Amino acid sequence: MPASITEFILIVVMLTNLALLGMGRLRSSIRLVAIQGMVLGALPLLVSTHGLTWPLLVIAAGSFGLKGLAFPWWLTRTLRATNAQREASPVVGPSASTALGALLIVFSFWIGARFQLPPGVPLVSRLAMPVAVATLLSGLFVIVTRRQALMQVLGYLVLENGIFVFGLALAHEEPLLVEMGILLDVFVAVFVMGIAVFHIAREFDHIDVQKLSELRD
Amino acid sequence: MSHANEFSSFFPAVFALLLAPLLLGVINRTKAAFGGRCGPPLLQPYYDLRKLLGKGAVYSRTTSWVFRAGPIVALAATVAAVLLVPFGPCGAPLHFAGDLVLFAYLFGLARFFTVAAALDTGSAFEGMGASREVFFSALAEPALLLGLVAVAKATIGGAGGFELTGLHQHVSGALWLDAGLVLLFVAVALFLVLLAECSRIPVDDPNTHLELTMIHEVMVLDHGGPDLAYIVYGAALKLWLLSALVVSVVVPRAPHPWLDLGVSLASVFGLAVVIGVVESSMARLRLTRVPQLLVGAAVLAVLALVLESHT
Repeated sequence: MPASITEFILIVVMLTNLALLGMGRLRSSIRLVAIQGMVLGALPLLVSTHGLTWPLLVIAAGSFGLKGLAFPWWLTRTLRATNAQREASPVVGPSASTALGALLIVFSFWIGARFQLPPGVPLVSRLAMPVAVATLLSGLFVIVTRRQALMQVLGYLVLENGIFVFGLALAHEEPLLVEMGILLDVFVAVFVMGIAVFHIAREFDHIDVQKLSELRD
Repeated sequence: MSHANEFSSFFPAVFALLLAPLLLGVINRTKAAFGGRCGPPLLQPYYDLRKLLGKGAVYSRTTSWVFRAGPIVALAATVAAVLLVPFGPCGAPLHFAGDLVLFAYLFGLARFFTVAAALDTGSAFEGMGASREVFFSALAEPALLLGLVAVAKATIGGAGGFELTGLHQHVSGALWLDAGLVLLFVAVALFLVLLAECSRIPVDDPNTHLELTMIHEVMVLDHGGPDLAYIVYGAALKLWLLSALVVSVVVPRAPHPWLDLGVSLASVFGLAVVIGVVESSMARLRLTRVPQLLVGAAVLAVLALVLESHT
């Protein structure tokens, strides 16, 4: 049964990726990434081979709390300080992005089956590799094609979620120290980016990164 | 196939031809109930059809034979599609490998002639409706075909050919446990296709009277009398067929044929109620958002197909 719950979670992650690609409103996008973070928080508990241990609980609680609650709260706060409500003119429109998302999924299933994995390491689930690659690529795609600084922060978070799934797929249990280190990095990055977005918004009345090329000192 | 011999294989066609307009009646009653009205009688679509058939038709002098052929060819293509769709315990009257492609393109043929007839009138509004109809159905078609292929692979593994009847007979409770997510995604995708193809609310409003926002209705503005009856009846048949398709993917075959028939009939009318609820509780999407909905449906179908192939 845990196997099918794992698959269900991985599919939910895939669906949130697709929804994020088709989403225009910043607030809903933040909520989607929050859902993705919460769902992923439960993943370490399910894939563990030695049952529940304290380090595992700390990792799960840490990623659930940070990615599912703290980051969304912080980003929503930042959003309130800016006057941007939606991604007005992305480089690639929502319909085209969703269609490209489907291509990304097909590609990630193709490439996921071709990884030269170290022998003797059982995969967590047959979906783990494709979902990891698809999540990584979706995050990258959002960073490249969206013009609102806040959307790029979300893209960064999704990218990190992809790496998280990738790590879990191979290692089952990452050492607590490594996982906490990554979470701390992401925490600092999002915190700093949030502050940067806030200051950009206060200085220039917008958070459109396309226009930031005109910055001079 | 197990119960096929107990029932004539023409049952599905008879049900579709007789009961399709009732589906419209059920949707209208549901919407009326939501609006606090008691609504038209359930059989109202039949009365409307009889009234229209009794009328004469008026043809503009600027139109050609294309305009007159439109409703007739569209209805004929839809009736041909009726012969391909299985229902409940019975297989379809006609089934062969690859019939699901024919099914999709019979609708394409019907649409082509409806669009040609609309363009033949030379009216600007009808041209606009025609261009929208073609655009949206081009987006809905991949969702329909990919979804059906995904279910075909899940049920018969593609071995028995892509055949609607075979696909239909293999949907069971065990399959839901085995490939439930695939079936769920395809069901959602097919439901969205149904809403778009039958011009229902998130895509098009069947009751609207503002030409600028209409899609399907604006194309048939110039038809009257028996021609309009053909169009209305054809639309009802299309609704029945797509509902039967969604139901055949979602509802597993029941062990007893009569029970199976009852469950299938109940689920088709249940689906009509669901459509009524969707129509009453949702606003129409902005025209620019409709492609996004249909692309979403196609992406779900792709996801189902990829998941199924990956197993």
